[in-house]
Amino acid sequence: MHEMSLAEGIRQIVEDAGRSQGFRKVRTVVLEIGQLASVEPEALSFCFELVMQGGIAEGARLQIEAVPGCGWCPACAATVAINTLYDPCPRCGAYQVQATGGTEMRVRELEIE
Amino acid sequence: MCNVCGCGAGETRIEGQALDKLDEHARGHKWVPAATRGHVHHHEDGTWHSHDHAPAQESLHYGQGPAGADVPGMSQARMVKIEQDILAKNDGYAAGNRGWLQDRGILALNLVSSPGSGKTSLLVRTIEALQARVPVAVIEGDQQTSFDAERIRATGAPALQINTGKGCHLDARMVGHALEKMVPPDNSLLLIENVGNLVCPAAFDLGEAAKVVVLSVTEGEDKPLKYPDMFAAASLMLINKIDLLPYLSFDLDKTIEFALRVNPRLQVIQVSATTGAGFDAWLDWIDARLAALRVARDETISTLRARVKALEAALDAARAAKA
Repeated sequence: MHEMSLAEGIRQIVEDAGRSQGFRKVRTVVLEIGQLASVEPEALSFCFELVMQGGIAEGARLQIEAVPGCGWCPACAATVAINTLYDPCPRCGAYQVQATGGTEMRVRELEIE
Repeated sequence: MCNVCGCGAGETRIEGQALDKLDEHARGHKWVPAATRGHVHHHEDGTWHSHDHAPAQESLHYGQGPAGADVPGMSQARMVKIEQDILAKNDGYAAGNRGWLQDRGILALNLVSSPGSGKTSLLVRTIEALQARVPVAVIEGDQQTSFDAERIRATGAPALQINTGKGCHLDARMVGHALEKMVPPDNSLLLIENVGNLVCPAAFDLGEAAKVVVLSVTEGEDKPLKYPDMFAAASLMLINKIDLLPYLSFDLDKTIEFALRVNPRLQVIQVSATTGAGFDAWLDWIDARLAALRVARDETISTLRARVKALEAALDAARAAKA
């Protein structure tokens, strides 16, 4: 969706971390992106490249770790795997699954010099 | 199959055709900037992953920084844990807005929809119905023009237009600035009309009490499945323009069923901003939330008063003991 805004958010986090922890060059940015977070990794990679220019993460490698989607099925009283927000429960087939995981968009770690 | 890494076919489709069939996947290897040096694979089961192709000889080397010279064995790099949400900054501003609004008993609703669902007409009618008993203020979000704010101001309600320029959504910082500028009265209703877009506004918390998604019957009944994030983020779905149902082949039950698949807790009210049909239910929904907010605020105030009283008593006792 708004991958450009996300890339700007990443830049802010990276620059803040650089200032507070005293590093000036980032080699790799490791993200955790949930499968249900509606982020297009290709679009994000493209925006990342553009937005990081002129900052401490210019030219940095972007590594995106996918977090699988999961949700709570009240009928089964169990956590089940889902690939979209509108998936039925894989156990009972009911459409009542509330997403509980796989919606995250996080900067997990940075490889710095 | 990807001819560089041998991984499975892509799932991104254009007109039903897989992106890699359109040569996009192969192009991806040339197109992915040197600094990224990798690409993403979508799999049939809906999962995806990204990985590198090193050395990326086919890359276009624009914007390649010093970090591109990655020599094994000579690395002095180290890893730093960050563990921060990408939208943390926005969420921080949103929390600020939410606290500010709650302290003043202001009920903020974030109205989201596609362009043309009738949000502004809905707002105008809502304001006309409510403003005799509840002060109503409006924040209007559009990429350009202040047409919508002018329509709202014609009702007598204060309205502030935010133009996002090229932006596709309002964010919490914009709304925070708007609140500073317009300062809605205590115990009022604040209606935030987001940019007409069913995608991006879903992810950006503005500090509202609830998101209300407006879907009109002139749109497709499959919209909740096409744009699930918005319906998942909303608390209420208003199905607008129901006066047009006799002229359309819109399947109302199917729409509701699809929306509940995405969000089983979603409430649904059918309305017509033109005829006023269903407005009683919509206004009741707002009133119930305003009342709940008032109760919560009164409780906070009485708790604080009780604490002040207890502290004063303790102070008096200390003074008496000293004297």
